[in-house]
Amino acid sequence: MNLTLPALGPALPEIVILVGALALLFLGAWRGEAARPVVDFGAILLLVLAGAIVVLLPGGTLSTFGGSFLLDPFARFLKILALAGAAAALLMSFDFLRAEKLERYEFGILVLTATAGMLVMISSNDLITLYLGVELMSLSLYVMAAIQRDSVRSTEAGLKYFVLGALSSGMLLYGASLVYGFTGTVGFPGIAAAAKAGSLGLVFGLVFLFAGLAFKVSAVPFHMWTPDVYEGAPTPVTAFFAAAPKVAGIAIFVRVAIDAFPNIVPQWQQIVIFLAIASMVLGAFAAIGQRNIKRLMAYSSIGHVGYTLVGLAAGTPAGVAGVLVYMAIYVAMTLGTFACILAMRRNGEAIEEIDELAGLARTQPMVAFLLGALLFSLAGIPPLAGFFAKFYVFLAAIEARLYALAVIGVVASVVGAYYYLRIVKLMYMDEPKAAFEPMARPLGFVLGITGLFVLLFFVYPAPLVAAAQAAAQSLF
Amino acid sequence: MFVIGLQHYLVVGAILFTLGALGIFLNRKNVIIILMSIELILLSVNVNLVAFSAYLNDIVGQVFALLVLTVAAAEAAIGLAILVAYFRNRGSIAVEDINLMKG
Repeated sequence: MNLTLPALGPALPEIVILVGALALLFLGAWRGEAARPVVDFGAILLLVLAGAIVVLLPGGTLSTFGGSFLLDPFARFLKILALAGAAAALLMSFDFLRAEKLERYEFGILVLTATAGMLVMISSNDLITLYLGVELMSLSLYVMAAIQRDSVRSTEAGLKYFVLGALSSGMLLYGASLVYGFTGTVGFPGIAAAAKAGSLGLVFGLVFLFAGLAFKVSAVPFHMWTPDVYEGAPTPVTAFFAAAPKVAGIAIFVRVAIDAFPNIVPQWQQIVIFLAIASMVLGAFAAIGQRNIKRLMAYSSIGHVGYTLVGLAAGTPAGVAGVLVYMAIYVAMTLGTFACILAMRRNGEAIEEIDELAGLARTQPMVAFLLGALLFSLAGIPPLAGFFAKFYVFLAAIEARLYALAVIGVVASVVGAYYYLRIVKLMYMDEPKAAFEPMARPLGFVLGITGLFVLLFFVYPAPLVAAAQAAAQSLF
Repeated sequence: MFVIGLQHYLVVGAILFTLGALGIFLNRKNVIIILMSIELILLSVNVNLVAFSAYLNDIVGQVFALLVLTVAAAEAAIGLAILVAYFRNRGSIAVEDINLMKG
């Protein structure tokens, strides 16, 4: 028997994060809460280190573990994005958790394990690796939602997320079992070769698989957990949920559709078109009546997943490049907005009501300006980054002759602009309420960087767009 | 002679899956029943995987089924842990009491 180890190089970022997380867990279990500063610092360091490894690994497409694990330019792009989103969310969490007396060393470790799961998802090239990554991420996220364990709302959020997440994992698995049965293999290239005709059983499997994936990215009609979980979970956890897991979910959605089922495009294209339209429309309309800003961001994220899926529905390299650009800009916009939400504190208490932002322009003009820019960008108003994100996916949809989809998308984005602009109006035109506490430094740092990115993206978009196009090309 | 073939296993798997899904949505009593329904769904997947594995004469399906078993155990542990934390705060695990936030 041949017992040589597979090449571990391509999986080095995941290995570094997981081994580091285990070491930090031991340290935390041994030293107790005294170890928390070390764990927090170590977690950030590990995320940065993993990002550096992703950049420094030799270029091109690397494959290992019998072809089940793939590190191609597509995976690199999304891994760096997921790592950046996770690191920024972790950085923003410290001050909030300290103020809410939620400091636990487990928080950083859960972020690490969830991020490792995301990286495995992004790199997965067969159904088993996909499931392993999805579960590693989801199980960590369930615990993170319920981390404020003496709060009814947080544990209720965790419970709801767990029940619906487990159901979605079950549907994903059921689909995976059918796909395996009707193609005889679990590897994506093998499935692509076997799935030429699209038999009934295979299409059934495809539908279940996509339903499970739609749950993970919270696309309508599988979105019902999102508002409750976003509202109930502690705000730093919500910020984390809104950024990195979406990147991983969209990544695996694109890879399954493009890599595993390139020969039955009409079958999955109609599913994706339906998910995209339903998400865009619901995201635009359901957010209008919301008073809680975390719930508003939940509906906003549902809408943005819809716009991202427009690019996937096109099914072309230009469409996938649009998806990648959209994800990068979405992560920046979301993190910046959550930096402002985390900074909404008065008399030591966190505030979540949208109306409390009234008159922010007079009490904190700089924060109001950057938040305003981020909201205009979320609404998709030129020349901010959010406009270009939507521009690329709609352009790809029109080139793929999906005119109705593009028109519905533009209309939904006009409707959606209403609730973003309402917040801007509150901040600039209404009577000021008492000032918030001054913003903590990490929040200001993240807000500044994301705000500048959103404001100045149009000056020099070439590097991001070129990287996204190269990454998308590697899938076809 | 009646021979049990692949389709019989698939029908059993489909029935188990449907029962599990219905158990999650129709049950109005107890969260523990939801946890049992989730286990039922994962079991139906395992029936499918093992049946396909035997039919295709391919070992990968059984490897997948073993992985699903281990992950299901981890999932059940986390679900029960969250449930205990929730019960301590709310004093009830009835499904209709999980309504603090309207979705």
